[in-house]
Amino acid sequence: MSTRLLSPVRAQLLASVVLWSLMGLAVAILVSILIFVLARGLPHVTWGFLSQAPIESGRHGGVFPIIAGTLQVTLLGVATAMPLGIGTAIYLVEYTREGRLTRAIRFGSECLAGVPSIIFGLFGFVLFVLTLGFGWSILSGGLTLALMTLPIVIRTSEEALKAVPAAYREVALSLGASKWQAIARVVLPAALPGILTGMILALGRAVGETAALIFTAGSSLPHRAPDSLLDGTRTVSVHFYQLAREGISADNAYASAAVLVLAISLINLGSSFAMGRFMRRYS
Amino acid sequence: MRVADKLVEHGLRLLALSSVATLLSITFFIVREGAPLLYDAGLANFLSADWRPLTGHYGISAMIVGSALVTGGALFIGVPLGIACALVLGEMAPQRARLLLKPTIEILAGIPSVVYGFMGIAVLLPWIRQNLGGPGASGLAGAVILGVMILPTIIAISLDALRAVPASYREASLAMGATQWQTIWRVVLPAARSGIVAAVILGVGRAVGETMAVVMVTGNAVQIPKTPLDPLRTLTANLALEMAYAAGDHRSALFATALVLLLAIVILNTIAGFIQGRYHRSHKPHSRSRAALVPASTNVENAEVVSR
Repeated sequence: MSTRLLSPVRAQLLASVVLWSLMGLAVAILVSILIFVLARGLPHVTWGFLSQAPIESGRHGGVFPIIAGTLQVTLLGVATAMPLGIGTAIYLVEYTREGRLTRAIRFGSECLAGVPSIIFGLFGFVLFVLTLGFGWSILSGGLTLALMTLPIVIRTSEEALKAVPAAYREVALSLGASKWQAIARVVLPAALPGILTGMILALGRAVGETAALIFTAGSSLPHRAPDSLLDGTRTVSVHFYQLAREGISADNAYASAAVLVLAISLINLGSSFAMGRFMRRYS
Repeated sequence: MRVADKLVEHGLRLLALSSVATLLSITFFIVREGAPLLYDAGLANFLSADWRPLTGHYGISAMIVGSALVTGGALFIGVPLGIACALVLGEMAPQRARLLLKPTIEILAGIPSVVYGFMGIAVLLPWIRQNLGGPGASGLAGAVILGVMILPTIIAISLDALRAVPASYREASLAMGATQWQTIWRVVLPAARSGIVAAVILGVGRAVGETMAVVMVTGNAVQIPKTPLDPLRTLTANLALEMAYAAGDHRSALFATALVLLLAIVILNTIAGFIQGRYHRSHKPHSRSRAALVPASTNVENAEVVSR
């Protein structure tokens, strides 16, 4: 603003009006999406919807087996990602200084975080479904989700470990503990709430996933809760996608969307709240 | 004890290589499945605009153009909106408003892409059809939906770039009598520039890789669109739509498409990481004042992972 068309005071006023209205627009878009989905969906989320099996590919009936399948796939995914991610984080934070190896590990984890979920889907399809012969199953879907949520677990566990004050380690070591004893009995328990928060976050990501699961967990409609890891299943997101795209039932589509949005929002808000509390404890 | 400790260290190092191993094996399998086509059909066929896989035409350039167009359109919407939000959240909003707005953005980040796609089908497509004409399902619809979807990425990473600017910069500027806007425009934004550029690049990565929402709103016709109201197909949509029934060369062509996508994403992430790395190094002397100001949970990489 080398030309003085606007006085600094007016420019200030103009800028804050423009910026705040853009912010308002973004918030309005979000709030209207939430209200739209919940207002149309929640009235159809009845006990029957949650407890029945789908009838006629979801035109009638509920989503119970689908919810059960979703839980199995996502929990398997996160449970597999946790040891890998926590191990990586412990190694990065406790055992190494910044060097070529840590840079490679960080680069791998960041790239993995950027890889589109459809590519994970294709990869899971070739590796788990075809090469390892797991078929379209909870196992294939869960393992695919594990690799996809790995970067989240690594990053949050790293943050949690870094937040534990160095004094904890020093005291444990000075009392004669070995390095691993200090980590396992002092550092990890102190970091646990933060690590669990990361787990919840990964779960939120996994529940909303569609593209990575269509080709790995399959999209066939279960009529009862799956009872084997090799059963195929549809997750709530995939079910919702089929209902919406094929135009099978608007009511059931809205209801599934409401369940999905509500669950994920609660998961994300809960983890962000817990993380804030955890971080405050050590600062 | 020392032996056990060594064992643990080696075991952990093995676990730590899991992310690199995953990235390498993804690349390996996609190249293994996709390379034969590039060999058999040739690069000229693969890069043509003629996609008729049943008759041996595997040209993906219409899809590349489609991906580029919706991504460009998404940036047009997402970048100004995202940076404005980051400026308000980071520089202007009082603490109390920030406490309310931040969780709102976090919810935005968590909404699954199928829900965005459904909103597109239920609201945006009919609106476009009635008010602007055309079939509704179009590049424009894709750009609008993606523009909203990349907001959390751009906001989170720009916000971290703004936070990394030392408070002393602002204080000095304000002490010289500059207004808040002058401070933002001439001091804070230039100092945070590379971080914001990284935010935009990662937003591009997010938009290029998005699949389900795009499949639902862009119409998926394989053509190079003439107007924003024409339907188009992106690279990701091509994978999602045809993978289920593809076999032989057709399937191989889809994996080759995925390879193009993967390369684009890795290049984008490398550039963004490089810019962020340089940026953080350039702010190193101030790292102490920064650490005092910023809670540990808000570093750039964390925001990036979480915002996806």
